[in-house]
Amino acid sequence: MKINTFFYTIKQGFVNIFRNKWFSLASIATIGACLFLFGLFYSIIMNFQNIVKTAQQGVCVTVFFDEGISQERIEEIGVLIDKRTEVSKKEFISADEAWESFKEDYLQGYEDGFTENPIPNSANYVIYMNDVSMQPALVIYLEGIEGVREVNKSELVAVTLTGVNALIAYISVGIIVILLAVSIFLISNTVTIGIAVRKEEITIMKYIGATDFFVRSPFVIEGMMIGVIGALIPVGIIFVLYNKVIEYIMSEFSMLSKLLTFLPVEGVFNTLLPVSLIMGVGIGFLGSITTVRKHLRV
Amino acid sequence: MAKSDVKGRRKKRQGAGNDEIITLENVSKAYATGAPALNGVDLHIRKGEFVFIVGDSGSGKSTMIKLLLRELVPSEGEINVMGYDLVRIRHRKIPKFRRNLGIVFQDFRLLKDRNVYENVAFAQRIIQASNKEIKRNVPSILATVGLAGKYKAKPRQLSGGEQQRVAIARALVNRPSILLADEPTGNLDPKNSWEIMKLLEQINENGTTVLVVTHNREIVNAMQKRVVTMKKGVIVSDEEKGGYIDED
Repeated sequence: MKINTFFYTIKQGFVNIFRNKWFSLASIATIGACLFLFGLFYSIIMNFQNIVKTAQQGVCVTVFFDEGISQERIEEIGVLIDKRTEVSKKEFISADEAWESFKEDYLQGYEDGFTENPIPNSANYVIYMNDVSMQPALVIYLEGIEGVREVNKSELVAVTLTGVNALIAYISVGIIVILLAVSIFLISNTVTIGIAVRKEEITIMKYIGATDFFVRSPFVIEGMMIGVIGALIPVGIIFVLYNKVIEYIMSEFSMLSKLLTFLPVEGVFNTLLPVSLIMGVGIGFLGSITTVRKHLRV
Repeated sequence: MAKSDVKGRRKKRQGAGNDEIITLENVSKAYATGAPALNGVDLHIRKGEFVFIVGDSGSGKSTMIKLLLRELVPSEGEINVMGYDLVRIRHRKIPKFRRNLGIVFQDFRLLKDRNVYENVAFAQRIIQASNKEIKRNVPSILATVGLAGKYKAKPRQLSGGEQQRVAIARALVNRPSILLADEPTGNLDPKNSWEIMKLLEQINENGTTVLVVTHNREIVNAMQKRVVTMKKGVIVSDEEKGGYIDED
């Protein structure tokens, strides 16, 4: 292809968007509406997952040691715990620290009667996990370690969070698949109607001796540009709305602020922007290329 | 005309030699339903000829044009146009073949959203002409068809005759060897019809082979060109300087 033909083809793709402005607007609106819904659900789902993940990170397992255990053995147990892949971090709480914490939480000024630490065997490791669903396997392992007296776990919380996480994953996959299917159906219909109107134009081009590539290229560029615009508009709207909605929720439901931890806008858009662009361009590309093909057999 | 006369004339044409630019040998075209649209047609057209194809509706004229454009493939027989074997030509070679063929339709088939200049330049874009060539050739061909002053007009701003001139300019700008005109005066008044036919005659005098499918009895009788008459899918008459034959 000659360079001026290449630039002509690109230019025609852009010019066609304005020539067929109603079709372009309809296509952009359809793609935009579908990707807006997609972006909206994606943002909600990502934040739900983040809230559950944060809750999971607070779930811990506490390991207590046999009476009279040496400090050396406690450190050896610590090394064994660190080797486990499901462990994200661990903290050592000495017996004195445990007593201080107990006093602060429960006695609050009534501890004067105690001259010594009444819970000398309360030194422990507090273990946090990468994934709360791995808790049962970790507990079994910890209980088998020599020198470990007791392992405290919050089974109900772990099971509930694991269930919620799985539910969110299923719902999000379901919603995204349905949205994609609806989007592709709506968009392909819009593109089909738009290009069917221009069947005569394609036929004339073919009669004059245009190659399939020459006929198809401006349509494909047009479709891809419509896809890009149709993706950028909803992503832009969601970007603007995102922080405002979070600010509103935090101010109106302040008692939830400790429970709800929202992702920063970049955390969502680092994925949402490229995914929406790829979807927009992909839908525009596939929609135009398949529809034009139907009319090329002249 | 007796059938033997037609056969004799066909034989004479087949003997015309290597200057044949369009050859149809025993061509038949049958659609899924109904009688065949073409039935064993032989036709030989030499370079530089001006030929009218006439006949009533259903005579096979449109099918013949579609076969010559390679929009259709014959069910039987051989078609050769400008050295291209249209039965065996590969799909990707069809655009190159069509670029040597100028086509004019009854309904003009202009790109409605582009002006006169862009419609004509479009044919040059397809053959990948340079911008310099386009700027040189398009005004020149528009001057030839008498539309130099209307290059900015959109098709809807032109009369039927003017639109047909744009279509002819588009068909000619790539200097085709053959100009196929399918009912070029079908949508025009008598005055414009004559002007278009004079233009086609002038194009033919400059060396382009012109094939005109028409219903226009007056023009066919007046122009005294070769006339091929079709009826129910067969050629019933083929005369040099012929006339329009009335149906029985």
